[in-house]
Amino acid sequence: MPDIIEIVISALLVIAGLFGLIGSYGMIKLRDTMQRLHAPTKATTIGIGSVLIASLLHNYAVQGHLSFHELLITLFLFLTAPITANFIAKTYMAKHVAEDEVPDSGRDYGWTVYDDPPMSAPDPVTDPKE
Amino acid sequence: MRLLPHPLLSLALAMVWLALVNTVTLGNVILGLLFGWAIPLLTAAYWPDRPSLRKPWLFIGYFLLVLWDIVVANVQVALIILFKRRDNIRSEWVRVPLDLTSPEAITMLAGTITMTPGTVSATLSADAGCILVHCLHTDDPDEVRDTIKSRYERRLLEMF
Amino acid sequence: MIETALAFALGCFSLGTLLNFWRMTLGPTSADRILALDTMVINALALLILYGVYQGTPVYFEAAVLIAMVGFVSTVAYCRFELRGDIIE
Repeated sequence: MPDIIEIVISALLVIAGLFGLIGSYGMIKLRDTMQRLHAPTKATTIGIGSVLIASLLHNYAVQGHLSFHELLITLFLFLTAPITANFIAKTYMAKHVAEDEVPDSGRDYGWTVYDDPPMSAPDPVTDPKE
Repeated sequence: MRLLPHPLLSLALAMVWLALVNTVTLGNVILGLLFGWAIPLLTAAYWPDRPSLRKPWLFIGYFLLVLWDIVVANVQVALIILFKRRDNIRSEWVRVPLDLTSPEAITMLAGTITMTPGTVSATLSADAGCILVHCLHTDDPDEVRDTIKSRYERRLLEMF
Repeated sequence: MIETALAFALGCFSLGTLLNFWRMTLGPTSADRILALDTMVINALALLILYGVYQGTPVYFEAAVLIAMVGFVSTVAYCRFELRGDIIE
C-alpha cells in the first residue's frame, strides 16, 4: 500500500476521533438543552463522515474493491441529522420553553409548537372520503 | 394515475438499490429499476404533488457549498465547545422570514441551517412564512439572519 | 501507523459513548436523554465501522446500515411520543 494513502487514512481517523469526542464532550459542557443540541448535530456528523471516508479508502487500498455502502450511510446520516435535531428541538420547546421566551413570529400565526396551522382543504390521504 | 409519477425519485431509488447490493450486474440494475418503478406507485398517496425543480443542475453547486460550510461549521463549533467559558457563550433566538414557498425548498433550507455554522432550525411559523433559528454563539443576530438569506435562500430561490 | 490511528479513534469514540451515557443518566429533561441516546447510536455506528476496518472485513456494513436506520426511527418515535403522547395517530 502506498504511504500517502496510509497517511491520509490515519489523518482522517485521528480527525474523526477528535471530532467525535468533542461532540460528546460538548453535550456534557454546555449549559442548556438547546445549546447541547448543537454539539452532536455538527461535530459528530463530521466525525462519522471521516470514519466512513477512511473506511472507503482503506477498503479500496487494501482489498482493492470500491464499496458504496459507506457513501450510502454517510448520505443517510446527513439527511437524517437535521430531522432528528428538529424533532428534539420541538420536543424540548413544547415542554420547557414558554411562548414569550422566543421572539414573535411576526406573522398572523404563531410558531407551530404553540399554534395550530390555518385550516386548509381536507388532506386526501387522511380524509379519503372528500 | 400516471405510470411514472416521480421520475427523479425512481432514479434515486434504483441508485440506492445498486449501492445497497454493492455489485453492478444486469439483474441488479433491472431489479433496481423495478423497485424504482413500483415503490413510487405504491406510495403515490403520500406524494400528492411533484416538487417543481426548475434548475436541477444548480443543486450540485449548492451541495458542494453546503459540504464546505459543514466542514467550516464543525471547526467553529468545536472551537467554541473547547475554548469558550460556559458563561461567555451567548445563545440567541433568530427569526428568519422566508421568501420561499414550496415545502421542499423550505425543508432543504431548514436542513441546511441545522447543518451549518452554529445554527439549528427549531420551528416554523404555522403559516410557513418564517423559521425560528437557535444560534449557539453570536454577537449580532441580524448578521446571522442576513447570511442565511443571502447565502442559502437566494440560491434555493433560483433552483425552485 | 493505521493501527495506532485506529486505536486512537476507537478510544475517542468509546470515551464519547461513556460521556453520552453520563448525559443520559443526568438528564435533566427527556429531550436531553433522547439526544444522548441518538448520539450514542451514532457513536456505536462509528465503533462498528472502525472495528470492521480493524478486522479488514466488510461484513459489518449491513449491521451499520441497519443500526443507522433503527436509530433514526427510534429517535423520531421517542420524540413523537413526547410531543403527541402517541406514535401512530
